[in-house]
Amino acid sequence: MKYAYYPGCSAESSASAYDATSQMVAAALGLELEEIKDWNCCGATEYFSIDSLPAYALVARNLALAGRQGTSEVIAPCSACYVNLKKVDERMGDYPQLNSDVNEALAAGNLSYTPGSVRARHLLDVICNEVGCDAVSEKVVRPLAGLTLVPYYGCYIGRPEGGFDDVENPQTLDRLLKGLGATVPDYSLKSSCCGGHMTQIGTEVALGILRGLIDLAAKLGADAMVVACPMCQLNLDVYQNQLNSHFGTTYRMPIVYFTQMMALALGMEAAELKFEEGLVPAGPMLEKWQAAEASPQPRKKKSKKALPMPEPLDGGDSG
Amino acid sequence: MTLNPNSVYGRIISELHGGEKLRSCLQCGMCGGSCPSGPDMDHTPRKLFAMIAAGQDDEVLRSNTFWYCVSCYLCTVRCPQEIPITDIMYHLKHQAIQAGLYTTDAVDFSETFIGHVENYGRAFEFGLATQFYLAHHPLGGLKMGPMALAMLSRGRLNLRPTRIKAVRQLRNILNKAKEIGARG
Ligand code: SF4
Ligand code: SF4
Repeated sequence: MKYAYYPGCSAESSASAYDATSQMVAAALGLELEEIKDWNCCGATEYFSIDSLPAYALVARNLALAGRQGTSEVIAPCSACYVNLKKVDERMGDYPQLNSDVNEALAAGNLSYTPGSVRARHLLDVICNEVGCDAVSEKVVRPLAGLTLVPYYGCYIGRPEGGFDDVENPQTLDRLLKGLGATVPDYSLKSSCCGGHMTQIGTEVALGILRGLIDLAAKLGADAMVVACPMCQLNLDVYQNQLNSHFGTTYRMPIVYFTQMMALALGMEAAELKFEEGLVPAGPMLEKWQAAEASPQPRKKKSKKALPMPEPLDGGDSG
Repeated sequence: MTLNPNSVYGRIISELHGGEKLRSCLQCGMCGGSCPSGPDMDHTPRKLFAMIAAGQDDEVLRSNTFWYCVSCYLCTVRCPQEIPITDIMYHLKHQAIQAGLYTTDAVDFSETFIGHVENYGRAFEFGLATQFYLAHHPLGGLKMGPMALAMLSRGRLNLRPTRIKAVRQLRNILNKAKEIGARG
């Protein structure tokens, strides 16, 4: 199926690793992505606070352009973009007055949008629920065995409501990472917020939130935290140093995108997956994985729980 | 009870889609208890809603509660009354700006961000960081220096904004939306 693709502004700068690996993984899974031509910013969490109708119109322009390209679903890898696209589409459907106001604004740019005609999908949703985690795991050529990966969903997957996963205890990313061969601990902060823009306007608040997230992952023995949103990546990775000097901690937790880990497992070269964009180096995690791969674990021994083999009656040698 | 349509409460109910649900707030406290920024807010969302209902508009609009809201929607999905709390937080920011009652840098952060979107059609992270920090935290900006450099050296910050082709079309749409919003 052909999808419209909405990269989001961070794809061009801070999250180019996510954009690149999203496209690589999509191609490997046979998902056809067509970038929305001349898309604009979704307004992130800023525009709605200043003025709501222009914020709706801003997002609706992207939906209108996606519809004009003949697609009925748009994939966004960024959770904030995904939530904005979805929210605007749904609110326009729920509130006729809003719908007509937004369309009146769009008409000033010769565009129009019918609510419900372009469905917003998060990339993780399409990969796990359309392609399917099982189908992905069948394509794995280099399992992520030996790595403990903590799935961190952030707050937007499954929220505000009617998302594609549970609002409190999402499972999609857990299933995906297990299918790639990694060890996936239960991470109780999986859907907590990363602090969003608080890193920039109220750093103290944000650093406290981030510390809690990384601390629990470290206690669970994580080799990396795996994210599905550029904002989560930015906050956890870029502010990790500052957090360490603020609290006197020494975390070195790589924060990687699920698409990077998928690409690895699907056999793509680590050198092409932009791991070096992370401020906290992913090198140690990759080396550990490669070492585990080079000395594969002996084939799984029979479970100790299995019933003991009965002794042959004659006690003699059975060959 | 008749509501003053110009009060904070009245405006939430009349201007915000779903805002009328605020009338059904039970004061159960689920929102405040769930909020990641709760400990740093001067009033929890629950308390703020009580103040709104009591008509303490001035104090409400001077509160830092909604500025510390990170739009995570946890309160919204947990609220037993399905009150669109996150949207109410957005609306309160909007009202505080209009009333000129705000005590935070967050407004400038948002406005700088929006300025870029309106001029280029895209967000501009480097410009946002530099403009915002130069204006508000010259020293904080210095602390950010090494971080920005690290990002630059990894190709994660563009020094120039990207501009979409149809900037004019976008501005026409946004101007029209502002016009409609103002007449609403
Ligand atoms: S969770 Fe909902 S009902 Fe409970 S106090 Fe908050 S807004 Fe009111
Ligand atoms: S949406 Fe805002 S108010 Fe609600 S829990 Fe998240 S940060 Fe707190």
